[in-house]
Amino acid sequence: MNATGVGASVKRKEDNRFITGKGRYTDDINLKGQAYAVFVRSPHAHAEIKSINTKKAAGMPGVLGVFTGSDVAEDKIGGLICGWMIHSKDGSAMKAGPHPILAVGKVRYVGDHVAVVVADSKAQAAAAAAAVNVSYNALPHNVDAAKAMSTKAQVHKEAANNNVYNWGLGDEAATAAAFKSAAHVTKLDIVNNRLIPNAMEPRAAIGSYDTGDDHYTLYTTSQNPHVARLVISAFHGLCPEHKLRVIAPDVGGGFGSKIFIYAEEVVCLWASKRVGGRPVKWTADRTESFLSDAHGRDHVTKAELATDSSGKITGLRVHTIASMGAYLSTFASCVPTYLYATLLSGQYNIPNIYAEVDAVYTNTSPVDAYRGAGRPEATYVVERLMETAARELKMDPAEFRRRNFITSFPHQTPVIMMYDAGDYGAALDKALELSDYRNVKARKAEAAKRGKLRGVGLSAYIEACGIAPSAAVGSLGAGVGLWESAEVRVNPVGTVEILTGSHSHGQGHETTFAQLVSDRLGIDINNVSVVHGDTDKVQFGMGTYGSRSGAVGMHAISKALDKAITKAKTVAAHCMEASADDIEFKDGAFTVTGTDKKMDWSAVALQAYVAHKPGFEPGIKESAFHDPANFVFPAGVHVCEVDVDMDTGFTEVVRYTCVDDFGNLINPMIVEGQVQGGVAQGIGQALLEACVYDEDSGQLLTASYMDYNMPRARNMPSIGEFKLGFTCTPCPTNPMGMKGCGEAGAIGSPPAVINAITDAIGVRELPMPATPLTVWQAMQGMRKAAE
Amino acid sequence: MPTLSLKVNGKAVSGEVEGRTLLVEFLRDQLGLTGTHVGCDTSQCGTCVVHVDGKAVKSCTVLAASCAGASVTTIEGLAANGKLHPMQQAFHEEHGLQCGFCTPGMIMAAVDIVKRNGKKVDEETIRRELSGNLCRCTGYHNIVKAVQSGAANM
Repeated sequence: MNATGVGASVKRKEDNRFITGKGRYTDDINLKGQAYAVFVRSPHAHAEIKSINTKKAAGMPGVLGVFTGSDVAEDKIGGLICGWMIHSKDGSAMKAGPHPILAVGKVRYVGDHVAVVVADSKAQAAAAAAAVNVSYNALPHNVDAAKAMSTKAQVHKEAANNNVYNWGLGDEAATAAAFKSAAHVTKLDIVNNRLIPNAMEPRAAIGSYDTGDDHYTLYTTSQNPHVARLVISAFHGLCPEHKLRVIAPDVGGGFGSKIFIYAEEVVCLWASKRVGGRPVKWTADRTESFLSDAHGRDHVTKAELATDSSGKITGLRVHTIASMGAYLSTFASCVPTYLYATLLSGQYNIPNIYAEVDAVYTNTSPVDAYRGAGRPEATYVVERLMETAARELKMDPAEFRRRNFITSFPHQTPVIMMYDAGDYGAALDKALELSDYRNVKARKAEAAKRGKLRGVGLSAYIEACGIAPSAAVGSLGAGVGLWESAEVRVNPVGTVEILTGSHSHGQGHETTFAQLVSDRLGIDINNVSVVHGDTDKVQFGMGTYGSRSGAVGMHAISKALDKAITKAKTVAAHCMEASADDIEFKDGAFTVTGTDKKMDWSAVALQAYVAHKPGFEPGIKESAFHDPANFVFPAGVHVCEVDVDMDTGFTEVVRYTCVDDFGNLINPMIVEGQVQGGVAQGIGQALLEACVYDEDSGQLLTASYMDYNMPRARNMPSIGEFKLGFTCTPCPTNPMGMKGCGEAGAIGSPPAVINAITDAIGVRELPMPATPLTVWQAMQGMRKAAE
Repeated sequence: MPTLSLKVNGKAVSGEVEGRTLLVEFLRDQLGLTGTHVGCDTSQCGTCVVHVDGKAVKSCTVLAASCAGASVTTIEGLAANGKLHPMQQAFHEEHGLQCGFCTPGMIMAAVDIVKRNGKKVDEETIRRELSGNLCRCTGYHNIVKAVQSGAANM
């Protein structure tokens, strides 16, 4: 293996700028003549806007403009869109209400964008924003997904009973029959708690209009700058694509929340023209992030699992209410449908599955994809059911899972997905071994002596990522294809620039992508640079989310490298006076078969540009698009052990084990980092993170780090007790055999944690987050029942 | 506006500040030292940690004017003579960063933790001491490893 090639734990090339304070995030950028935007946001969960008086604010020092929805309408700037069409069971299209970039007539959640002030300084803009006088007529509101279809609050007139769609997947009648003939049925009511993504870098944007060229530039915290450019030009109608450059520089974490096209960035661009071309900068403060970033999860589910007398699953049925928040965010509609119900087969042979989903409007921040997006919700349903059913059937939860594992591939589930490869038993065996599962009884006894209740919980997750085959998602309602692009530019000295449509915001692409090039061309990774995040440099791309940059993005690079090598062979053939068919390229050198003629990569690159030998087109620059043939299916097993304090209900994760099958790994160090980070987010969801809206006022009560409990270093298992392992069944649908690893940790972990706590304290159901109070109350319930 | 004079990363600097100007604003907006970040508005996240007279502080909670005459070190001033500080090197070696946004504050806090607790600072202490520094990417695992390994080399 090449020391910097595929499979090596190469230290990251991009680290130096981050550890020396030279990272360049959007808020670090300041343009000449820059003005600042501050948004006036709704203090009401639901209200009619009676009037907006901007006169006082407009006259305040430094103020360049105060703009409202009517100014936006005057310039015919379109509203925010949802890019995935879902049809209800009755065939009707989803009911999408309008989503203007500045409110028109109504506000629908606390934090809704009502007006914007642009001023010379941020302080001046903030002072003037406070002076904008908006008169509201409060309307009935609802923040609860479960009540959305019966509340008096009507969020959008387009959606009767706040129902965006009533969607189904699977064979309802066959599933009903399976339940009728079942030997045992396990039922659970499950809430998947609403989460707030909280990338450490708050969202920010600088919109800049060049009056000379009638051209716009947007610096933004985006996971997919090309998609932003497409939407802003095609749907907001600000300008055609060639008149807009979008730059997403260093981005401080995304986790999904920076996929979406938000009002603020469109407003900054538009307002820059309104103030005569001065750049307009906006940076969210943290409370604004809590209020205005798209949230995640928020499902209310009734789930059932049918088994026969031998402990084999015969059916699974769910009904889920999924909150969309007050508006449909960019990809919101596909999350509780095609990213959720299609994964309800888990790792198991389940002959009959039926899922019905009601997506509903509530007077809350919009909800969209957050790390895992639908797949954590599916895994939580399946793995809570599996653990609970095993306990009811008095079977070991590991053995119950094993009895139902899919063992032959490809496997067609009843919910669209065709799993291509896997060995679920191998991952389970390895996880049980690494976690010392067989000795858990002894550890329980030892913990009891310390006043702790030790519990163990399993979770065998599967996910579909490498998003996604364009034709497949197109047939399911996606507005865009989900291929990826790449370009390989070879310089005369043989160094290489890789231009990619993927975007790195922590994933380490500058290293992993360079490893691929190093492997293929036999050059040092320091002679490779990776360019991304600028629509003027990279022609097009779909960005980074859904664990797609390896499985999809790197394959585009691989294809472009193939073409570059082919071209270089032509050059080498001319230089060495041979036929291109006789040129071999290996370990960075071109040779002529059967001779001792040899040229290295850099010599050929130089000749490609010197071009003194006639007969070939100068230069080496090749590009490729890659559209995957299928999703990829990472799968694995998590084993969580907790100690619950008998007196306080405080839960500590004392041991955590993950065994993942990600196919072939590019950089194991980076993959492990992705898993560790994902598990932290899952532990956060399971134990700490509660997004709380006050029912009476509709206010977000958890809108700061004083109130929203983020995972901290002390919430994670100790270094020696957090074990990772891998199994490998290479993905057959891509030549590098890769699967995705970015979301698996967050997908697999919440059920493992809750399964462990319910094991420890002996309860059947337990809501997330399992705070000390929640766990203590559950224990009191058990004690009362016992008395 | 009063003029503020102090030392930043070993160099004497001065600038005009309003009474309400925060140290982090002075560093970022006036000196262009954008390695120090702002991740929240409640002094919880720790992305803004710098050293004032050798002690770690959250620069979002310090008035610039109160630093008159002080010596401030930011992430940009940690490496000496072109050589990375052992803690910077350790974050690189242990893959203690992903998106990099929390990293400057983490490193500055880590250096302070080691100064106060010694080179052999244990894992539990590190985890407790990092309560004021949030990271959303790494799950802290490699950060804790980096602090331990950086400590040994300080």
